[in-house]
Amino acid sequence: MSPHDDATAPATDRSGPAASGAPAIRIAVDDLNAYFGQVHAVRHVTVALPDSHVTAIIGPSGCGKSTFLRCLNRMHETIPNARATGKVLLDGHDIYAVSPVAVRRQIGMVFQRPTPFPTMSIRENVAAGLVVGDRRSNRKQQHEIVERALKRAALWDEVKDRLKTSATGLSGGQQQRLCIARALATDPEVLLLDEPTASLDPISTQKVEELIYELRTEVTVVIVTHNMQQAARVSDQTAFFLGGELIEVAPTETMFTSPSDERTESYITGRFG
Amino acid sequence: MATAQTTWGGAPSGRQRAVAERTQRSIRRRRVRSHIMIGLMYAAAVIAILPLLLIVIHLLRMGASSLNLAFFTQTQRPPGEAGGGMANAIVGTLILIAIASAVGLPVGIGAGLYLAEKRATTVRFLADVLNGLPSIVMGIFAWSLLVKPVKHFSALAGGMALGAMMIPMVTRTTEEMVRLVPISLREAALALGYSRWRTSLSIVLRTALGGIVTGALVAMARIAGETAPLLFTALGNQFWSTSLRAPIAALPLQIYNYAISPYDEWHTQAWAAAVVLVGIVLVISLAARVATRRRYGAGD
Amino acid sequence: MTEIVARDAAQAAAATGVPTRPSRSWTEIGSEIGDRIYSWSITGFAAFVPILLLLIFLAVGLAAWPALRTFGFSFLTSSDWDPVAGHFGAAPAIYGTIVSSLLALLIATPLALGVAVFLSEFAPPWLRQPVAFGVDMLAAVPSVIYGLWGIFVLIPFLREFLMPFLRDTLHLGVLPLFNGPAYGSSMLAAGLILAIMCLPYISAVTREVLLAVPRSQREAAVGLGATRWEVIRDAVIPYARSGIIGGIILGLGRALGETMAVTMLIGNRHEISASLFAPGYTMASLIANEFSEATGDLHLSALMAVGFVLLLVTFLVNAIARWLVWQTAKER
Repeated sequence: MSPHDDATAPATDRSGPAASGAPAIRIAVDDLNAYFGQVHAVRHVTVALPDSHVTAIIGPSGCGKSTFLRCLNRMHETIPNARATGKVLLDGHDIYAVSPVAVRRQIGMVFQRPTPFPTMSIRENVAAGLVVGDRRSNRKQQHEIVERALKRAALWDEVKDRLKTSATGLSGGQQQRLCIARALATDPEVLLLDEPTASLDPISTQKVEELIYELRTEVTVVIVTHNMQQAARVSDQTAFFLGGELIEVAPTETMFTSPSDERTESYITGRFG
Repeated sequence: MATAQTTWGGAPSGRQRAVAERTQRSIRRRRVRSHIMIGLMYAAAVIAILPLLLIVIHLLRMGASSLNLAFFTQTQRPPGEAGGGMANAIVGTLILIAIASAVGLPVGIGAGLYLAEKRATTVRFLADVLNGLPSIVMGIFAWSLLVKPVKHFSALAGGMALGAMMIPMVTRTTEEMVRLVPISLREAALALGYSRWRTSLSIVLRTALGGIVTGALVAMARIAGETAPLLFTALGNQFWSTSLRAPIAALPLQIYNYAISPYDEWHTQAWAAAVVLVGIVLVISLAARVATRRRYGAGD
Repeated sequence: MTEIVARDAAQAAAATGVPTRPSRSWTEIGSEIGDRIYSWSITGFAAFVPILLLLIFLAVGLAAWPALRTFGFSFLTSSDWDPVAGHFGAAPAIYGTIVSSLLALLIATPLALGVAVFLSEFAPPWLRQPVAFGVDMLAAVPSVIYGLWGIFVLIPFLREFLMPFLRDTLHLGVLPLFNGPAYGSSMLAAGLILAIMCLPYISAVTREVLLAVPRSQREAAVGLGATRWEVIRDAVIPYARSGIIGGIILGLGRALGETMAVTMLIGNRHEISASLFAPGYTMASLIANEFSEATGDLHLSALMAVGFVLLLVTFLVNAIARWLVWQTAKER
């Protein structure tokens, strides 16, 4: 399956092949369904997530957007009684056909609440993903990787003098950027963000948003957010979920100015959600 | 508050006045009863902490003066002679704790991890029941398995009996501490590409380690004071011995033997040993309590 | 167009490094093996728990079998304990266990409930920690220390003050329960020390279940005009009732199995007496006391049989207690 193949693009996807060069598809989702026991939380979702783009996923509470996100790095199945069917192709390879551990080393995730490992220092936290598998490197390389990740996360200047102190001494916004640095340190192809600024103050939120916008040239970003303005600010493409279904996906500007589905329009104009 | 105005206009009738008075009297009575009961609760609290205070004070009074260097470095003198010490019993207790921990800690922590990760209500239930079994039953269990077949008493048998007692204690405290680690930490590790075993060990276990160690120390303190399981396993030894295959002295055993003996000098030694034993146990228990509360915030 | 070409090339390069190839890397296999070893290990350790319990029943039961087979049911009903003649009846020990434990519960339960209510409902914050600590630490004091203190402090107190007081001054001596010579070592002494020892268990469980009673229950009662005591009696305690009973039974379980303190204070006599002032035996103290001087295999087996009965009884009592506490937890 070649990266240029847009055959999996869904009918409602308006980001289809354009004359000026279609973006390569990093992740292609094909008829994804996710269940919690009997509850059908994600229904028949088919969507293409382009490379080096930020895709935002919006929708009201409980619409399945977080569940969908967690299916992209096989975190959904870590919940007891949870399962998923369908295909998720990362660069053409179905992630459900290989070991989940390998998938998660290629796809990074940042959660809603900052989760620094409390027994580790800042440096150890950022390097936490490096100690597994193919990424073993010597001390010096590790220090360089840590520094680079912290710089990309716009945290280096604030912590460079206290890399050995405990990560729990940082503020909430700093901790979340630490988690982003930790995810970036493993050089993932894709970065999944699940409402990353939900528990942050406005200034930290702004820093993180700037960070996301800059990251997109190097990493494919998928961000779930309940804040539409945030989606409008940082993303190139937006997908709207409702009741577990993907209602519409479009370039962000189009989505927010002239959505094609009336449910999308209702949500965006605040009539519900 | 009962009022006398139950009709519109006019003064309250005699009957209405009587009802109002009765209500007020009954309210007064209920209030008095409430005060009395609450007073009784305070009294109960006072009575309940009295024994601990009495015992600790008495221990210190009778035993502190006999605590000298000899107590910690010498073994016992023949009856009738003053002085001597319990060095062999102190070392014996340490050896027994070591044997017990060698069995009790790995099994307890492993089982605790199992309980924290799976919904195993039966195993948890059985662990709780094991926790409540009399220590003398553990003693006769160890006797019939480790002493009777080989026909001699040993430190090993005593340590095993204590280890069997440690298992359910450490299992439950480990489980509780591991459960306190938020799921979000486990998820963060998994999302980084950690395998399940690495998540459990280097993230979850490591985070809970402080609490687990505390629980282990408390368990060790508890079994340090156990006598009944040692009565027919370790047996006690008046001489210096550290061999695992031979009977060994232990502090609580020594206290028991001395206390029921007819010799005053031995009684004094028993008090001194009691001070040491209770001191260790209370200090560790207090430290554990403070440590867990500080870590996890909850008060009583 | 050059952009797309460059991106293509980058992706092609990246694709070769992507471990999502069909063939598995060592690290994937390693993590799967690791997961399996880990899972087996903790399951193995956890298996120790039921296995240990089973072993205990088997070991004690097998050792008890000769005596149980020889004496049958009369083992539980006969008072004739004569090692020399080879007769063994454990009735006095069983009787003593029941009486001393009941006495302990009778004394400890009101105190424990009182303290628990005090701590959970209206203790001033500065008093709460020290009192809670003082009560909980009673559980940490080793049994032999209670025995030591009992021999040199409690028994003289009983012998010289409390027993004459009860029997003569209060004239309770007319009752069989309080008459007879006051040796000191007695069922009363054992009951008192057991009360102190099981108090912290009843108190701890009660405190927990009381704290779990939702605030709305209390507020509703206050809204109806209840006094402080009435709130506790009518709104809080009934809600927590099965948990409290569970705590009491847990305390019972402890009292039944206590050995050292009892054996040092109860007088160790194979006697069933109506008086609390008389010495007696409990199952645990019997085993502790006679084991080292057991004469012959039948004697030993008889002691093991006593142990087996004790094991059965405490197992059942603990199981019921835990089940009750678990039920309350589920209801929340």
